[in-house]
Amino acid sequence: MEMIKIKNLIHEYIRRDEEENVVDIKRAVDDISIDVKPGEFVAILGHNGSGKSTLAKHINALLYPGEGTVWVNGMDTSAEENLWKVRESAGMVFQNPDNQIIGSVVEEDVGFGPENMGVPTEEIWQRVEESLKAVGMWQYRKKSPNRLSGGQKQRVAIAGVVAMHPKCIILDEATAMLDPSGRKEVLRAVRALNMVEEVTIIHITHYMEEVIYADKVFVMDQGKVVMEGTPKEIFSQVEKLQKLRLDVPQVTLLAHELKKAGVPIEDGILTIDELMEQLDKRK
Amino acid sequence: MLRDITLGQYYQADSCLHRLDPRVKLIGTLAYVISLFLFKNITVYVIAAVFLWSVIKLSKVPFSFMVKGLKPVIMILLLTVVCNMLFTPGTSVISFWKITITYEGLKMAFFMTIRFIMLIVGSTIMTLTTTPNQLTDGLESLLAPLNKIKVPVHEVAMMMAIALRFIPILMEETDKIMKAQIARGADFESGNIIKRVKAMLPLLIPLFVSAFRRANDLAMAMEARCYRGGAGRTKMKPLIYKISDKKALVCVGIYMAVLIAGGILGNRLPI
Repeated sequence: MEMIKIKNLIHEYIRRDEEENVVDIKRAVDDISIDVKPGEFVAILGHNGSGKSTLAKHINALLYPGEGTVWVNGMDTSAEENLWKVRESAGMVFQNPDNQIIGSVVEEDVGFGPENMGVPTEEIWQRVEESLKAVGMWQYRKKSPNRLSGGQKQRVAIAGVVAMHPKCIILDEATAMLDPSGRKEVLRAVRALNMVEEVTIIHITHYMEEVIYADKVFVMDQGKVVMEGTPKEIFSQVEKLQKLRLDVPQVTLLAHELKKAGVPIEDGILTIDELMEQLDKRK
Repeated sequence: MLRDITLGQYYQADSCLHRLDPRVKLIGTLAYVISLFLFKNITVYVIAAVFLWSVIKLSKVPFSFMVKGLKPVIMILLLTVVCNMLFTPGTSVISFWKITITYEGLKMAFFMTIRFIMLIVGSTIMTLTTTPNQLTDGLESLLAPLNKIKVPVHEVAMMMAIALRFIPILMEETDKIMKAQIARGADFESGNIIKRVKAMLPLLIPLFVSAFRRANDLAMAMEARCYRGGAGRTKMKPLIYKISDKKALVCVGIYMAVLIAGGILGNRLPI
């Protein structure tokens, strides 16, 4: 069974004037069908306004489909009785770390989700300890979130989601407001969760270098999925990505330019090591 | 620097008063405040002062911190003293020009001052030894019976907790916007009061817009983490009365009994 199954999803933002007349209809998600298997690390790429955040909110039942259906862990998100179950199994991490931390002490914030779910007190403490250790923030448990760096805050936010024991975590541009080292911290934590706990990860981003570890990549543009495949398959199509106004990682770009200049190397080079290997082979 | 500001003035220390259940501290403070207003004679104030002194010693908070709490109210204190001295009718002690200071006035001012100082120092001890979060938790639990008459106690407590969390964030934001506006030539410092209030406008509008945006984001994040009001919620740090809490309540009870006895006896003394 798929962890997440999206079928022909359409979402429209409708703007109305004071008399409730429709002024403007914007189709943010346009007929999208996506399957995600349990334990997969999926990346969704796209520039601003491509509809990727809207898509994310559908998986967490923060938005309901206009047309089409979204199933999370086999549950239809549009059915009201599934609402809280869906939110328990698909946790969401948002962009701004400050605006999603509720507690004024790190451990209290991590406990917020389990508290809402009605988990008994002792188990809450157990879950808080586990999840803070999983993201490497255990030693900060007594600190105020205001004293942490952006990357640390975002890891606390992830721990807050992990404590709810979700089957899937959606990172909705969770790295967009962080500096490079903060982004690395967060990604390391997320990858560890994916590999050790086998949590399904859906990572929404516009940083290309963050998707190279993904199992599958979807590229979105104007509400549609325009490209789909492994990172290697996606990055082999440098020109298409550039047309979509996405930045290709520097190494990939360099390899692409070298190839165009007549150096025989493979398509879809993702890391510096890979390029070195290819160049060494030629010697 | 701005990040360090917290509401209230919690003083970190390891004392039995710090470890006490916030509900006990709230009840104790309330009882103490009431006790100050029950009687008006020296005996009562002596008993209350002894009680206050032992509580201060127990709290391990330096006395200078309590005095700090008095600073902002010193003007009000002086005003009441002067008014009481001048406008209480009775037998005159000193009299010059149109001003008469009476014996009753002096007595009244003296009692007022003692009462006021003890009141403020007493309640400062509570805020010094209890974190704002514990206070909200305590209030929520004490006011829980109001739920029956449809007062949204949990929601109000949650709002207070969130407000406490966002104060430092909004402070930082104010600082940022202020600097940004100064860089664009805004002047917050000169001119008369009307001019200055008007100058605050370019500071307040962006601040409000951003506060609303944050509120919106936070509401969504809370919903995503299954928040659905107080019903069916468990607590990570539930408030449970320990033996020490019960002992403290007994102490407060003894204090009240002694004070009432002292008050009744003291009323018979000719002071």
